[in-house]
Amino acid sequence: MLDRLDKEEYFYGHKGCGGCGGSLAVRLALKVLGKDTFVVLPAGCMSAVGFVYPQLCFGVNALISPFASTAAMLSGIRAAAKSLNIKNCNVVGFAGDGGTADIGLQALSGAIDRGDKIIYICYDNEAYMNTGVQQSSLTPYGARTTTTPPGEHIHGSRNSKKNMFEIVAAHHIKYAATASIGNIPDYIKKVEKAKNTNGTSYIHIAAPCPTGWGIDSSETVAIAREAVECGLWYLAEYEDGKYKLNKNVKEFTSIRTYLKKQGRFKHLTDEDIQEIERQRDENIKFIKERYI
Amino acid sequence: MSNKVFVSGNEAVAIGVKLAKPNVIAAYPITPQTIVVERLAEMVERQELNAEYMYVESEHSALSAVMGASVLGARTFTATSSQGLLYMAEVMHYASGGRVPLVMMNANRSLALPWSIFGDQRDSLSMLDSGWIQVYVEDAQESLDMIIQAYALAEHKEVLTPVMVNLDGFVLTHTYEAIEVPKEEQVDKFLPGFELEGKMDLENPRNLFFSSSPADNIRFKVQQHQAMENSREIIEILDKQYGEITGRRYGGLATGYKTEDADIILITLGSITGQVRAVVDVLRAGGEKVGVVKIRFMRPFPETEILKLCSNAAVIGVLEKDISFGYHGTVYTNVTDALKNTNKRLINFVGGLGGKNISQQDIEEIFRRLKNVDKDTNIVNFIGLEV
Repeated sequence: MLDRLDKEEYFYGHKGCGGCGGSLAVRLALKVLGKDTFVVLPAGCMSAVGFVYPQLCFGVNALISPFASTAAMLSGIRAAAKSLNIKNCNVVGFAGDGGTADIGLQALSGAIDRGDKIIYICYDNEAYMNTGVQQSSLTPYGARTTTTPPGEHIHGSRNSKKNMFEIVAAHHIKYAATASIGNIPDYIKKVEKAKNTNGTSYIHIAAPCPTGWGIDSSETVAIAREAVECGLWYLAEYEDGKYKLNKNVKEFTSIRTYLKKQGRFKHLTDEDIQEIERQRDENIKFIKERYI
Repeated sequence: MSNKVFVSGNEAVAIGVKLAKPNVIAAYPITPQTIVVERLAEMVERQELNAEYMYVESEHSALSAVMGASVLGARTFTATSSQGLLYMAEVMHYASGGRVPLVMMNANRSLALPWSIFGDQRDSLSMLDSGWIQVYVEDAQESLDMIIQAYALAEHKEVLTPVMVNLDGFVLTHTYEAIEVPKEEQVDKFLPGFELEGKMDLENPRNLFFSSSPADNIRFKVQQHQAMENSREIIEILDKQYGEITGRRYGGLATGYKTEDADIILITLGSITGQVRAVVDVLRAGGEKVGVVKIRFMRPFPETEILKLCSNAAVIGVLEKDISFGYHGTVYTNVTDALKNTNKRLINFVGGLGGKNISQQDIEEIFRRLKNVDKDTNIVNFIGLEV
């Protein structure tokens, strides 16, 4: 599948940090979708690094939307394409975790409810990285951010990740999937499915951020893979009303090892790690009962 | 052959939109705008109007959606009011900065708190700096005609600026009048199909709505201001062209009634104007030299027009349904700036807030006070306070 990918670059020359998982998600998705694509990006890392006049980094039609408006603008573009008889085009949005699970959730819900033929890809780097690593509702338990500073009383983020996959599935969306930068063939397959979906599709891709996570820029893919192996992330699909777990990990690797590789979790105590393991086990139980 | 219908202001707007043949309509309901979007939905259902009608979950999304549609070259429409307009505020600046030629109807309604569904003009006047052209209409006929002209104005290549057409809530949106509906071929002649230079195009991809450095940013803002300035002349030209086709002209940015020899002039905005004219006629019959200036556009502001229309008057009152707390009514502030190099006596009357009726007696009282202006020491004078 990888050898069939478009050789053209449609997201090129941007100023993303070394090892940026989000930019890899954008670049690869556009290779699947090809030149006949309209892209919407809200305020966030990808618009900040790729969209400063006159250095504009998209080789396809692209625009920045207001922060909360990704899905609404996607819908408007699709409605115009329909009315103006522009056929065989993709309409895709790339929004971060804050732009999706926080400020953009309402518009996303509206678009899924209408069933508009749009693709919404959330690149989840688990905090507001563009503004300097503030907590979002997809920041994991225990993570240090600049608004959840670990100290004597608070050991980083106190909330667990909002379950976006279940939230969109609850709309009876045509197609939804989780994905990971750690499994690129799986992601590409899912973008292809989204492209061929006659309705709304949503892909939630775990996209590590070396700057915010405190890892080396060479470790993006490996750490994303490890998140799946230790059970803190999972690969699943929701299609035709049915859930599917793509990768059933039988034996999880150490959560402690995964966490301690990252600067954002350095402060965690044994009790904190036990709490994260407890949350992982609870979540995996939920996933296995429901998706297998 | 005339084509008269008996409709409300809201329905007149819907008919105007239909004649403009939009591709995409997105709107969220809010009283007193709802009739507009209901009528449009019915027109789409009956296939009188071949448009994509989008149900959206908020005003923020409504304006975002039509902006996304517009940059593909689609003609669009949305409508809102009051809290909904404020909810759009971020997107309004976005649209004007992006030079997206949208047309929106706003039903002027008070702002909470306290909650009120009734009309005043604090909603749109609070958005005066959002970069939209703002026109205020007086009756149902002008509502229909200005919706059609709004598209020609917004889409004009020298302008490319969004236009907001304001109707006083209930007083105009829900009042029925007989109006003349232009023929489809008349409108087609005045308003050709929408052609957007630099639109998003699969053969010629564009990156739009970008960031810019401080060095570039100010240049974009200068262009935006220049476009607004350009619109002054285009508004006059379109008024003339529309008049030649339909026989109806409205007179550009501001118009006067019996101003030539007037000693006292009352300046108005929106639907109250007709009532003020009626009072002027009564007072004129009694020998008083009074007149009225109707501001049609708040942006661009009719600075030279007001100066000219008020040239012979010594006393100027501004009657408005707005107050900028801690200063004057916003219309008054703008008018005083236009007249700053004259030595006219200026006074501000604020009424109709939260839908309070402005009666004929109120207006007669205003003229009485203008006649004895030396007795009034306040600049800002609230009217209609009696229970």
